[in-house]
Amino acid sequence: MDDRERRWSEWMRAGLAGDSAAYEGLLREIAPALRAVVRRRLAGYGAATAETEDIVQETLLAVHLKRHTWRPDSPLAPWLWTVARNKLVDHLRQRGRRVHVPIEDFAELIPAEPERPGTDAAEVERHLSRLPEKQRAVLSAIAVDGNSIGDTAARMGMTPGAVRVTLHRAFATLSARLRSET
Amino acid sequence: MKTDELIRGLARDERAGRAPETLLALLLPAGLLVSVLLFAGALHLRPELSRMLAEPRVLLKIGVSFALGAAACVLALRLCRPGADPRPAVALMLVPPVLLAAGVAGEMLVTPASGWMTALVGRNPRACLTFIPLLAAPLLVAALLALRQGAPANPARAGAVAGLMAAGFGASLYALHCPDDSPLFVLTWYSGATLIVTGLGAVLGRRVLAW
Repeated sequence: MDDRERRWSEWMRAGLAGDSAAYEGLLREIAPALRAVVRRRLAGYGAATAETEDIVQETLLAVHLKRHTWRPDSPLAPWLWTVARNKLVDHLRQRGRRVHVPIEDFAELIPAEPERPGTDAAEVERHLSRLPEKQRAVLSAIAVDGNSIGDTAARMGMTPGAVRVTLHRAFATLSARLRSET
Repeated sequence: MKTDELIRGLARDERAGRAPETLLALLLPAGLLVSVLLFAGALHLRPELSRMLAEPRVLLKIGVSFALGAAACVLALRLCRPGADPRPAVALMLVPPVLLAAGVAGEMLVTPASGWMTALVGRNPRACLTFIPLLAAPLLVAALLALRQGAPANPARAGAVAGLMAAGFGASLYALHCPDDSPLFVLTWYSGATLIVTGLGAVLGRRVLAW
């Protein structure tokens, strides 16, 4: 386990304990690592790398929604690469491509270069626009506009608790719809 | 929504799910309670159960079933945890068939071949095929609800293992009623009932355990 992986595990532990800054730092650091692996795998299968950002976002959603399945006493990296591999396989399968992706391909250490997304996550965007109105509004206010839970609650006439519930539901709905798409 | 924006949103969502283990520890006893009520409503404990529990063939029947439930429980939880190595749990799954095979071998050594077929067919194979799946059903529901919190690489497989768990515990319960004690009967009909529940678990798991 190298320093980066040790840091990831620490950040996830802190995140699960309620440190959202550490958690955000973790997601910001794993995103480019995921992007690099996914792009390389897609290119390896001769699949369009235009779908990279969709798969990165689907994986981040899965990491978030399933983070309680990670054991805090184990290293984060094997868990993360398994989630990433499963999301890539699901994504390709839904599009009729049967692939065998050995987990070893994900476990390689890639330098986390400050790579920028080349394209938008078109599918995520499409499903986002079809979310129930309230979920879409809350998600957009917090993620896209960068408002706090409190500001969003005041602006939308909701309690902060209701905003939190709606935000979580929005992510769960988005993830479920991305998964069931054929 | 750019990836940076998604991350900002995710970091503000502090609600997390519960570990499948935690949920299973709550739901499995609830499922078991329903199964026990079904048992009480439809079946009865076999006569002289306490004396029968000293009988090796009765112990084997209950032991094999319970071992299957327990091993499948461990494996199902492993399969729902990304990156966890399932191999030790898979090895554990070998215990029930090995126990049963030993029992069948013993039975064939101590009883004459002319009685094997009668023992295999037993008194009530249909009840076995009906009641084991029935008693397993509440346990399967409980297991699938708990495992929904997990992230299995293969949802159908995880569902099948949940089915094995439910069938194992359901059969342990049914064994308290079942009058047929031959390991040959267990091999045939308990396995048949287990197969039904396992198939059901796979079909349901494919749908409800996808994430």
